[in-house]
Amino acid sequence: MNESNRLLLSGDEAIALAARHAGVALGAGYPGTPSTEILEHFSELGGHAQWSPNEKVALEVTIGAAFGGARALCTMKHVGLNVASDPLFTAAYTGVSGALIVVSADDPGMASSQNEQDNRRYAVAAGLPMLEPSDSQEAYDFMFAAIEISERWQIPVLFRVTTRVCHSYTVVQPRATHEAPKAASFERDIRGRVMIPAYARPAHRRLRKKLAEMQAWNEASPLNHIVQGGQSLGIITSGISFMHVREAAPEARVLKLGFTHPLPMDKIAQFVKGVSRCVVIEEGDPYLVDAIRAAGIPVEGKADMYRFGELDVPRVQRILANDLSPEPIKPPGKPPQLCDACQYRVVFEALRKHDCIVAGDIGCYTLGVLQPFEAMDSCVCMGASLGVGLGLRHVLPPDQARRVVSVIGDSTFMHSGISGLVEMVYNPPPTGHVLIILDNSTTAMTGHQEHPGTGRTLAHEPTNKVVLEDLARSLGIRRVYVIEPRMGTGEFDRLLTECLESNELAVIITRRPCILIAKQLKQYEDQRCECDAAQPATASAP
Amino acid sequence: MSKVTNIIVAGLGGQGVLKGTDILADVALRAGYDVKKSEIKGMSQRGGSVTGDVRFGKHVFSPMVSAGEADFLLVLEPTQVEPHRYMLRPNGVLITPDAVSASQLPNKKTLNVALLGALSAHLPMTEEQWLAALRAGFAETFFEGNQKAFLIGREGQKAKG
Repeated sequence: MNESNRLLLSGDEAIALAARHAGVALGAGYPGTPSTEILEHFSELGGHAQWSPNEKVALEVTIGAAFGGARALCTMKHVGLNVASDPLFTAAYTGVSGALIVVSADDPGMASSQNEQDNRRYAVAAGLPMLEPSDSQEAYDFMFAAIEISERWQIPVLFRVTTRVCHSYTVVQPRATHEAPKAASFERDIRGRVMIPAYARPAHRRLRKKLAEMQAWNEASPLNHIVQGGQSLGIITSGISFMHVREAAPEARVLKLGFTHPLPMDKIAQFVKGVSRCVVIEEGDPYLVDAIRAAGIPVEGKADMYRFGELDVPRVQRILANDLSPEPIKPPGKPPQLCDACQYRVVFEALRKHDCIVAGDIGCYTLGVLQPFEAMDSCVCMGASLGVGLGLRHVLPPDQARRVVSVIGDSTFMHSGISGLVEMVYNPPPTGHVLIILDNSTTAMTGHQEHPGTGRTLAHEPTNKVVLEDLARSLGIRRVYVIEPRMGTGEFDRLLTECLESNELAVIITRRPCILIAKQLKQYEDQRCECDAAQPATASAP
Repeated sequence: MSKVTNIIVAGLGGQGVLKGTDILADVALRAGYDVKKSEIKGMSQRGGSVTGDVRFGKHVFSPMVSAGEADFLLVLEPTQVEPHRYMLRPNGVLITPDAVSASQLPNKKTLNVALLGALSAHLPMTEEQWLAALRAGFAETFFEGNQKAFLIGREGQKAKG
């Protein structure tokens, strides 16, 4: 191994580097742990990367790029794929002309997520090929394989990673040479790309044919390999679990699957025949074990208690030993909290004082649920604060309904709060409603990414800016206020009281830049001013 | 060294836990080992607990250190010692802020690197490899202070034997 060529990269960085080396023309996504660093790194490497308002838009943008014959990369966290699932399912039918790699970064154990859904299910549900790397070298290598598969079968590829692959740093040896992709160019294919029922019916058949071909190809694919070992124990595994398995049972024979949909069932059957006991080790849902058993192949799975949380070496040892005894409980660490100087503290103190029923959302401000505030009553998914708050207003008795408030951050509002605001205008509750947009001028929780409301691109360059208060007023809402909650004494409290008592629709935008990046924000703003003076933004041109 | 060496760095958000594991992993890479580093950082900037695992040796599989398997536990904040003690193996080495005298440090931000210095006295990597990793890990303006902190930690530990 050439020593100078060894890099220590996170899985996210390895994906970005491969995308750059493979000539990916466009990367789009929405920030979300543990996926965020992929596009940031791709941009730092000189790639064209964009934050979209949400994952659905990001996927649509990259579908367009891939329709144009380019290689495109779309990144998101697992719950982001729920948002993007509408285009995902039909893009499986249309296929693509170039390449489209959709990265789903799952979070088993919920290091920073609201659920631990297993997105391998999406590959089956949508009918897409799926690759699962186990470390950064594979994340790098599998990206090239994914592009090859995408271009060969003209289909999007689901690239499924997990927190421990994304955020673990392992040694990567990149390729020495890179072939440039063919140039983007539009080729008309109306029957292939316009999914009216008459064209979608044959498209579905084409998809199933592609999947059958891919399954046959996968039987001999180098993306799956066998680690030789004794005959007494065989293990079938994929992703990060493979690494735990190698350490927990070094003597076992292992079938390591990298191309995990459609599964190479003949290869699996052959492997199982060669060992006296075969156990499937997988994190999360029983995806592999169910599929393998459904094919009539006898394998053992894990006990239900291991479905929760991440696997590690001791847990794999327990699964292999059929150990059902209670697991040791880890001592709790110190939970995160809102920063001392955070504007949200003032907001949550007021909400608590007024005994508001708070429909919350996803971001730093979700920490308002913890002590000393405990001023949040729901948190479901990105943008849900609006719908949930409105639903409560519609059914609760008036004395309770008047205390319902929706609270959402600026980036989350851009992501999926706007359609909720339209709902508020369209179906106003009899008691009105109060929406608080906590505007700290960044996507703070995921590490301070830009969004359409900051007026800066992913690379922090000036661009057109969506102004929250203008947007709210344009929908016909009369009560729209912008306030700096830490200024003055009790002003936010008085405004909140007035809005709650008004029985009208109200939007309160609390605006104060996140304390953690106040310095950077000032720098960006200074650059913006210089830029504005030099050239007017395109959106404001007549 | 054919066995894998397991190290855990623990502290609170903002203390430089992840910077510390970056440098630790880099120096192991420079010394020619296989290295894996794992971190959970979703909420690291909000003052919550942060830990990073570094494993190095001839060949490393899992990126995570198992409970009771850490050879070294390096803790940047006294309150975080007890919550992480279960990770340490019997006879494993615990390194706490007491390993260096705070008044000697160029500034308190360099505690992470000073404790790496203390750790370095137990590890096979050379001082040149450590200093190269520090130089690569910090901007020029911060290098000198961190080098000083590193050497304070390293010499202090050596003196203790």
